[in-house]
Amino acid sequence: MSEFANPPASGDGDSGFGPSVRRIVASLTDSDWRRLGGCMFAAVLVALMTGTSGNAQHLTAGVTGSLFRPRIVFFLLIGLALWAVMTAWTRYRDDIRDGLAPARKVQAEVTGNRWVQYGGFVAVLLLAILIPPQLSVFWQQVLVSQIGVFVLLTIGLNVVVGFAGLLDLGYIAFYAIGAYTAAYFTGYPDNKRGHISPLPVHPPFHVNPFFVFPLAVIACLIAGLLLGAPTLRLRGDYLAIVTLGFGEIVRIVINNSESVTNGPRGAFGIPHFSIDVWKLKYHWTLDLMPYWYLLVAIIAIVFVLFRQLENSRVGRAWTAIREDEVAAAATGIPTLKYKLMAFAIGASTSGLAGVIFASEVGFVAPDNFVLINSLLVLVYVIFGGMGSLPGAVAGASFLIWLPNKLRDLVAPQDRFIYFGALLVVMMIFRPQGVFPSRRRAREIGLAEAGSGGADAMAAPGGAL
Amino acid sequence: MTAPPVEEIDAVSGVDDPVVQVSHLTLRFGGVTSLSDVSLAVARGEILAVIGPNGAGKTSLFNCLTGVYVGEKGTISFLPRPGEQVPLAGRKPHRITQLGLARTFQNIRLFNALTAIENVKIGVESRQRTGPIGAMLRLPRTRREDRASDARASELLEFVGLRAQANRLAAALSYGEQRRLEIARALATQPALLLLDEPAAGTNPAEKADLERLIRRINTEMGLSVLLIEHDMRLVMSVAARVAVLNFGKLIAAGTPAEVQRNPAVIEAYLGAADPEEGESDAAPG
Amino acid sequence: MCFTHSFWQLTISGLSDGFLYALIALGYTLVYGVLQLINFAHSEVFMSGGFGGLFAVQAVVDSNKTPHGVASVMYVLLGVLVGALVGGAVAFVLERVAYRPLRRRNAPKLAFLISAIGASLFLVNIAGKEFGRLAIPMPNLYTNGNVFSVFGAQVQTNFVVIAIAAALMLIFLDRLVAKTRLGQGIRAVAQDADTASLMGVNIDRVISQTFVIGGLLGGAAGFLFGMVFNVQYNMGFTPGVKAFTAAVLGGIGNIRGAVLGGLLLGVVENLGVSCVQSAWRDVIAFGILVLVLLFRPTGLLGERLGRSA
Repeated sequence: MSEFANPPASGDGDSGFGPSVRRIVASLTDSDWRRLGGCMFAAVLVALMTGTSGNAQHLTAGVTGSLFRPRIVFFLLIGLALWAVMTAWTRYRDDIRDGLAPARKVQAEVTGNRWVQYGGFVAVLLLAILIPPQLSVFWQQVLVSQIGVFVLLTIGLNVVVGFAGLLDLGYIAFYAIGAYTAAYFTGYPDNKRGHISPLPVHPPFHVNPFFVFPLAVIACLIAGLLLGAPTLRLRGDYLAIVTLGFGEIVRIVINNSESVTNGPRGAFGIPHFSIDVWKLKYHWTLDLMPYWYLLVAIIAIVFVLFRQLENSRVGRAWTAIREDEVAAAATGIPTLKYKLMAFAIGASTSGLAGVIFASEVGFVAPDNFVLINSLLVLVYVIFGGMGSLPGAVAGASFLIWLPNKLRDLVAPQDRFIYFGALLVVMMIFRPQGVFPSRRRAREIGLAEAGSGGADAMAAPGGAL
Repeated sequence: MTAPPVEEIDAVSGVDDPVVQVSHLTLRFGGVTSLSDVSLAVARGEILAVIGPNGAGKTSLFNCLTGVYVGEKGTISFLPRPGEQVPLAGRKPHRITQLGLARTFQNIRLFNALTAIENVKIGVESRQRTGPIGAMLRLPRTRREDRASDARASELLEFVGLRAQANRLAAALSYGEQRRLEIARALATQPALLLLDEPAAGTNPAEKADLERLIRRINTEMGLSVLLIEHDMRLVMSVAARVAVLNFGKLIAAGTPAEVQRNPAVIEAYLGAADPEEGESDAAPG
Repeated sequence: MCFTHSFWQLTISGLSDGFLYALIALGYTLVYGVLQLINFAHSEVFMSGGFGGLFAVQAVVDSNKTPHGVASVMYVLLGVLVGALVGGAVAFVLERVAYRPLRRRNAPKLAFLISAIGASLFLVNIAGKEFGRLAIPMPNLYTNGNVFSVFGAQVQTNFVVIAIAAALMLIFLDRLVAKTRLGQGIRAVAQDADTASLMGVNIDRVISQTFVIGGLLGGAAGFLFGMVFNVQYNMGFTPGVKAFTAAVLGGIGNIRGAVLGGLLLGVVENLGVSCVQSAWRDVIAFGILVLVLLFRPTGLLGERLGRSA
């Protein structure tokens, strides 16, 4: 600003484009130059990501086609523009923040208001009921088999990662357990009457998959406790790897136990839901909307239950454990028990989703439960906001909708490129997620200022 | 350096109704002996202060009591009620807290992203029975316990003088307020014995006076026994009924504050060792 | 026992795998030592070395003629060097892009792990996009035959090449950590980063160099792996997890431990696989991982970490 107060004394040569540029360049700090390098690098990466693909025969086709072409200039210019915006932001950030502060306050008061939250919930519910029937079959398909199921998974993982701060990379294993439990119990005790069971093994009794829910929950609870009891004492990063290993072990075991699970071929013929109890009769069929409504109902119920959980002593205990495990234990919280609780609740939710998936599609196979799906759910949780239930719903919905919307531009398997980059970018610029829970945003802010751990990753040390 | 005549330092007998009894506790880390054959007892309803130069083993003693460390030798007995004796060795910290032994930390460990009242509620809730199912369904018992937790937490904040700060973030409180909040949180777990680890460290004289009053009120109004680590001798002299002195992991003196002040071994420990608590002319007794 | 029949043969192949695991494990253990962080994306550093070496070798070797003698040695050397350099470069960029910004702002530990996962996802899939998703064999650099036999087991050229290359790299690393200033820096930061910085050690540079060293070794391992098997966009995942298991088995942060863990894991895995179907091969490694973390998380030789605050 001082150059305006004291304009240089010399003549024409000091005004105009050149000298202004020179002045700006001179005012750049080291971190500005670093940022420029970062933006240029990012521009090259994006050019690569959006460029042509290569293959085994033409290994360099992708790189040369993406980078050694005129299009690279376009990307570099975008990178430069981004850098300019970012640099301006760091210069004027405080001014902008101060300017926005009153608006932020209003926003916080409004969204914190209970009635607003109830209203929002009802509004979303109404939209979820009224809009889908108007959509095309393609989008209905996306809603039911992707969004619905994955939103439920995301909410469940949010309890584990977001509320309790435990990084579970094998989450999809519980999904598998739920699905295969559905496959199992919808089989028939014997083959005499010519019924074909989805699995080679026969259950003690036969139920419709609608009534498998409690059985799947129990199976997942047991599995969650078995996995969690020995491993939840571990440091956070070790826990992550162990759960990853567990997820893979489950998949490999399912894949190789042909006599029990039908191996890689998977289980066929899982019936649709149907209720035939007393006066209540309803059968689900291939029709998508009934499944969608069932999903919406289940998600709504789970959402409310978990919301109550979050605001209860259990939620507070989880926050305490995340913040400072030593202090939490000293305040009488049995940390292992609460971690197990989160783990088990997350596992059961995953199992629920598995049952719905199995019944809706009618077919499950080990390929549905690969590691990448665990990571996908994690991406949704992180993007939406760890510990934020609305964030989980919104984040999952958005990140599933987007690749489907862009399906003509981006090949489906390429979306992981973007998701991977998204995770890194989010951790650097917005770790609290897009729709953070207030508590979480506070925690991260405080952790960065040096107080508190903000998660259960730090080693639960003994001494002070 | 002439060794004082070796006499049995007795911090145990004369205590008819101990709330905690430490017998021959020894703690070693690799080559360092943090505690060496330490025996002491805290009488029910008394305030016992543990003093000693830095590195004497005071916090190690606390850590043994609260289950963070396990001593190589010796026993610790906790008597939450007269006649009810519970060995503490090998128990997990949260179990010990639930048995009735609460502590504060030397370098304040609050849940910074939570409000003051939430911090205290966590302490209160450690005694409640609501589980995940009750929480999810908001059963009547859960709602009752929630209200009770709110009420009790408010009471405790009032007791320590933080009523007005109830909804402020713990991180936003002043240092003295944070210390009091940590004490409130510890009190919320309904302890029989409260361990205070240097509660006056880093506080100004006004805050120290408040703390003095608070500790006395905890003892007289709430009937709690208090075991206190402190460097501030004025505070120690004014609240403690008895004082135990540690040096290099050994108990070198025990008795009333006046007796300890005159004890030659204690004087030597403080004047002989470089005391970093300079500026506090009352740091060296006598 | 099921493996006694071909014990020595299995042990030889186990050692061969083991050397590769050891090289990759060192990357994990070195980074863990200075940052207390599992570099989840290290498996992609390994993969990039494989592709780097592949490009180098494809450029100079005529796939119709299998070279021999000195030419073979030269080509292997070239592949190892280029693979190592590419691995080191990727590791360097990885540290700068995915970890350093987080360190700058004191991010909670969970953020590092998530960023690592993101980086890994990104690298795997961009490799898949650029190079296709099929396995790509390397041109033969030598004829793989039986060189000599030990206790009745045949030792092949592949084993000799891997063993010699790995041994040389391990010796180099050992000298580096023990004798050089850089090695001292790494050990200092691993023990106590704050004190090290007070003593004048440039933490940022040491961390960056640690990543690079790990990347050099991992990249070289990637080339060797690709030379013996194939190069593929997702070749990093399984060896990565196994190498991590090896690092933990030996004691995370402990260099000798990583080597011991790698060799041990390779041998146990090969012996074990002869007892069960080969489909269960990976379960053995995962199983060992789970068991070690549950019953002896400090590993065989013990952890050597910097103290966490």
